[in-house]
Amino acid sequence: MIEKALKGEPRYYMWLVFLLGIIGVGMGCWFYQLHKGLGITGMGRDISWGVYIAQFTFLVGVAASAVMIVIPLYLHNYKKYAKVVIFGEFLAIAAVTMCMLFIVVDIGQPQRMLNVLLHPTPNSILFYDMIVLAGYLLINIIVGYNCLLADAQHRPHPGWLKPFIWLSIPWAVSIHTVTAFLYAGLPGRHLWLTAVMAPRFLASAFASGPALLVLVLLIISRVSKFDPGRDALQTIAKTILYAMIINLFLVGMEVFTAFYSNIPGHMHPLQYLYAGLHGHGKLVAWMWTAAPFAAIGVILLLIPSARRHHGILAFACASIFLAAWIDKGIGLVIGGFIPNPFHRIIEYSATFPEISITLAIWAIGALILTVLHKVAIAVREEEASTT
Amino acid sequence: MYDAWKILVGLAIFVGLFTFAFWMNAGKAAPVPEVKIDTPEIKKMPEPERKCVEDKHFMRTTHMQLINDWRDMALREGNREYVNKRGEKYVVSLQNTCMKCHSNKKEFCDQCHNYTGVSPYCWDCHIEPKEEPKGNES
Amino acid sequence: MLGLPHRTERRAKRERVMSMNRRQFIKIAGLSTLFGLGGKGAFEILRPGMLDAAEHGHGAPALEEPAEPAIRWGMTIDVEKCAEPGVVDKCIKACHSVHNVPDFGDSKDQVKWLWQDDYEHTFAGNENQYMADHVKEFPFLCLCNHCDEPPCVRVCPTKATFRRPDGVVAMDYHRCIGCRFCMAACPFGARSFNWLDPRDALNEKEYNMEFPTRGRGVVEKCNFCVERLAKGLMPACVEAAPQALAFGNLADPDSNVRQILRKRPSMRRKLELGSEPSVFYLV
Repeated sequence: MIEKALKGEPRYYMWLVFLLGIIGVGMGCWFYQLHKGLGITGMGRDISWGVYIAQFTFLVGVAASAVMIVIPLYLHNYKKYAKVVIFGEFLAIAAVTMCMLFIVVDIGQPQRMLNVLLHPTPNSILFYDMIVLAGYLLINIIVGYNCLLADAQHRPHPGWLKPFIWLSIPWAVSIHTVTAFLYAGLPGRHLWLTAVMAPRFLASAFASGPALLVLVLLIISRVSKFDPGRDALQTIAKTILYAMIINLFLVGMEVFTAFYSNIPGHMHPLQYLYAGLHGHGKLVAWMWTAAPFAAIGVILLLIPSARRHHGILAFACASIFLAAWIDKGIGLVIGGFIPNPFHRIIEYSATFPEISITLAIWAIGALILTVLHKVAIAVREEEASTT
Repeated sequence: MYDAWKILVGLAIFVGLFTFAFWMNAGKAAPVPEVKIDTPEIKKMPEPERKCVEDKHFMRTTHMQLINDWRDMALREGNREYVNKRGEKYVVSLQNTCMKCHSNKKEFCDQCHNYTGVSPYCWDCHIEPKEEPKGNES
Repeated sequence: MLGLPHRTERRAKRERVMSMNRRQFIKIAGLSTLFGLGGKGAFEILRPGMLDAAEHGHGAPALEEPAEPAIRWGMTIDVEKCAEPGVVDKCIKACHSVHNVPDFGDSKDQVKWLWQDDYEHTFAGNENQYMADHVKEFPFLCLCNHCDEPPCVRVCPTKATFRRPDGVVAMDYHRCIGCRFCMAACPFGARSFNWLDPRDALNEKEYNMEFPTRGRGVVEKCNFCVERLAKGLMPACVEAAPQALAFGNLADPDSNVRQILRKRPSMRRKLELGSEPSVFYLV
């Protein structure tokens, strides 16, 4: 089946070469980082996690969001998702792979990574994170591959897949809950120490992941003969809309609790992120980029006539994806370290090699996604031509 | 029709890469390790008492596991005393026990490690003894 | 207790050891938890009654310990005495030279085991308005608090950092994967990561040949001088300034530190987090 990924138009190959170019530069930077140490990044004693872990956190959400397609299709028999579910599952595979790569590049001794399994430590959330992520990847590979194989051979989906599909639903929730627990269980980091962390993670994930899926599907419908279906796109758009509204609501909860209680420790990180603190405010511009994009995205999706226009739908999804990415892929992780335990503000900015490595991993994700989706498109086009 | 030549070229490249290590080292005989135990500290011991923490054969075959166990004993279990099969006591420490006698890392440790192509990371952290400049040796 | 002399050989010969040692026990217990057997159930199957003993102790190493530990090392720091000229620098220098702590200056890559800060920042969040002027100006020595309930130990995915039965929060640099979860978890900023090769920031001529350096990519911190305690010596900082620092057994009501704490008012950092620091500041 995978041979279907080898036959493509020149622009398909140009896209792959472009991605490989970015990956090449990032690989070079990664070897440099392995040689010199993580000191070549912008991370330091005070901001000890940076853009790598932030991407990891964000992408766990993207991976989990496949469940927003799986639930309507398999639990509520919403048939209009039958054609697109495979694209969601493949998006999850690409996202989990990126998550794992971000962990590999972030840790100081990657060659010792299997110590996590060699010395299993059930009191560490990271231990569970490794288990649930690996499990989620496996489930999606099993389900995605077998469903597509059955489609290609014009057979019904095998019945033994059903338990795996059902399992994938709570499992998707678990990966992002566990990832939220990485943060929410730490004493002394006030921005993270909140019970709504996991719900908020899930809400922003169920907005940003499907938003990315809509964008991908819109691109696919332009470059191939595959049509995801107007109704499918509109239903995903509604999912994005409600998830994003819940996410913004939960952000509001955080702001209320911190500021009405007037506890300095809880207010400081939010002040740093949105207004700057003691003259430091490197992330303020980012956060105030995210806010209007979130608002615009929500408003556009709320208006049915706007939502139905594919150009506007694409813009709204891109806005929401960008807003969620800034919120989780930058603000949340870095903001949690500011101010530091001594109430000093040490700021962070990513370095060139760090950004190159980050882009390379995104490119690897895009490459995996492209190849997997190419196969899926080929199968869907065949189906369309035979029926 | 089945692209036989492509497959053959691909196979040739694969075999070439797979056996790279052999091509790379062909014709180069690695010198047989010469392990020296003539450090000042060892020479100080009278001949009959010139013994390592365990016997020579054991140390040759099992020193890596002994060192691994010592690591866990000292660091994790807080037990810094090792009693050997002869009933003698030693301080559990790579730097302060092993390397006090074997102060010639290059002529001792490295000899076999280089020969067998292993590079243990002990000395990334543990400080190797400053070796006496050459010429003192007779 | 552990049959140490021949353990290595036994393992080498792959003899079957019928009795289960502690490590195997914890592994099995952990794996059973993972596979949904349920932690408590697994404990009950393996060693009836063991769990209750462990629950009253302090974390994993307490499995073999009695409910009340015989030793819990702790430290008192007399901040007024630290204000005397040279005391703080002498302590820091003693610590950093005996442990081969690299000097990256005041950069993002810096590594520190023992350092100085002021009242306002050391007690950030708990700083008292209108604190006595002299307290505000005293230097506060900062180090790992060797918490009784250490958050760093709780989050470590490999048990590379662990609480010893004597209360010292130790690091196993051989096992650390450098994930820095412990740094995010430590509310005291006591942990440093080796962002670069520490040997590049050390003077080879000033190495303490009896102690290792660390390698790139692992987290390090104050170890309460366990290597010196094993020899019956005081921690290096205490030896450098015995008039200002005292070290002893907090679990013993008659120990030097307990006697001091009975007489003098003291403060500890961030008590509201429940980590129970073992470092007490006398003011």
